Amino acid sequence: MDAVVVKNLVKQYPHTLAVGDISFTLGQGRVLGLLGGNGAGKTTTISMLLGLLVPTSGQISVLGHDMAHDRFAALQRMNFSSPYIALPARLSVVENLRVYGNLYNVPRLNHRIEELTEQFALGPLLKRPAGELSAGQKTRVALAKSLINTPDLLLLDEPTASLDPDTGDYVRTVLENYRTGRNAAILLASHNMAEVERLCDEVLMMKAGRIVDRGTPDALIRRYGRETMEEVFLDIARSESV
Amino acid sequence: MKSLRRIYGLVYRHVAIYRHSWPRLVEICYWPTLELLIWGFTANFFTHAQARPAALAGGALIGGVLLWEVTLRGQIGVTISFLEEIWSRNLGHLFVSPLRPAELVAALITVSAIRTLVGLLPATIIAYLLYSYNILHLGPPLILFFLNLLFMGWWVALGIVALLFRYGAGAEALAWTIAFGITPIACVFYPVVALPLWLQPVALALPAAHIFEGMRAILLYHATNWRELGQAAMLNIAWMVLAIVIFSGEFRAARIRGALISIGE
Repeated sequence: MDAVVVKNLVKQYPHTLAVGDISFTLGQGRVLGLLGGNGAGKTTTISMLLGLLVPTSGQISVLGHDMAHDRFAALQRMNFSSPYIALPARLSVVENLRVYGNLYNVPRLNHRIEELTEQFALGPLLKRPAGELSAGQKTRVALAKSLINTPDLLLLDEPTASLDPDTGDYVRTVLENYRTGRNAAILLASHNMAEVERLCDEVLMMKAGRIVDRGTPDALIRRYGRETMEEVFLDIARSESV
Repeated sequence: MKSLRRIYGLVYRHVAIYRHSWPRLVEICYWPTLELLIWGFTANFFTHAQARPAALAGGALIGGVLLWEVTLRGQIGVTISFLEEIWSRNLGHLFVSPLRPAELVAALITVSAIRTLVGLLPATIIAYLLYSYNILHLGPPLILFFLNLLFMGWWVALGIVALLFRYGAGAEALAWTIAFGITPIACVFYPVVALPLWLQPVALALPAAHIFEGMRAILLYHATNWRELGQAAMLNIAWMVLAIVIFSGEFRAARIRGALISIGE
């Protein structure tokens, strides 16, 4: 069964077409990259997948649940991380993890927090207020929060933003291992093209609310006659056609 | 059971804020205590006039201050907790968790009840120590007064949260002002008949006016006016149903407009 099935998804605002009739699937255990410049429709698409935003038309099925009528069953088995949505700054790291552990009804919560503490090297940070952490530390905590319920579907927006190369590489390894170990599906929005090449099985290129190309990173690089995804991204972003 | 755990999760989040911030703890008690001191000394002035009506008016003033604070604190407890989520840019995480809107509301009113009790305790003790005013002398109806006024604070708060969904954090000022704005027609310190004739039906549409009529009936005539209490309860239910309908409609509209993503901006 596919983790995500999107059919003819449209989001029309009064004066703007944010997402125009896109369809795609994401298989269990696969990583799908959602790429595009600012205003391409990535955030709108992710927001609709998360149930934050009601589509104008189209269908979204997540982990077998129709998001229009049964979104809470899906939300229980998915999670999300974005450096642009903060965790409560005055709460300590461990308090934040407890809050979200309870919201997701995580069994044996203390044990799960210990696992994540070890996995993301959070030990020295646990008692510190989340607002006092460095950007890189916040990203690690946000990722720990996103794995608190061992989700079957993970939506990640810029998961390694603000991380130094070493920590960024560490996080990518964690995500690869998590995907493999849990057979989890990951939807990744990123502007880090090296990350996309390393993690993604397939990539959707978005522009002006539409999917303008798709394929594996290797296939896209070959199709555009380029050497990296960065160059492919620039070709698409700068092209006139939509 | 799962629902209770999610509600507990959010209540824990707010209690943790107060554990880490003594200014927030002080703020909970600050206004009820300040109001009580101002009106308590005013009441004391009346009481020392030695005349029985003046003394009774003094008692009604202090009782009114303490009980009206239940509504004000109840309302502010819900809206401030919701605003905390906006200020900390955490709403996105909450709304993509399995937390249902009804559970969010349940958690917010639980925090509000805790805040109200904690906030009014010092004021109640001060009223007893400084002015020899024991609010418990109102007897068992006090519990019904308290619950009705708290309930009123909650439906006012739900209406304000609905406005926050519609107008975003720009409507933040309403969280502080709306309940204070209805004080004149809540008839806290004077009977409904003291209002102009045309304004009396408006006052009587609010549960608070009935509650304070009931409070004065106990203080002046030592009689519990069950009719006023019943009317207050019925009005509370009607207003709460209306507030829930508006809240649900605005939440749904916010999901269509994409306002849940940008509510803090």
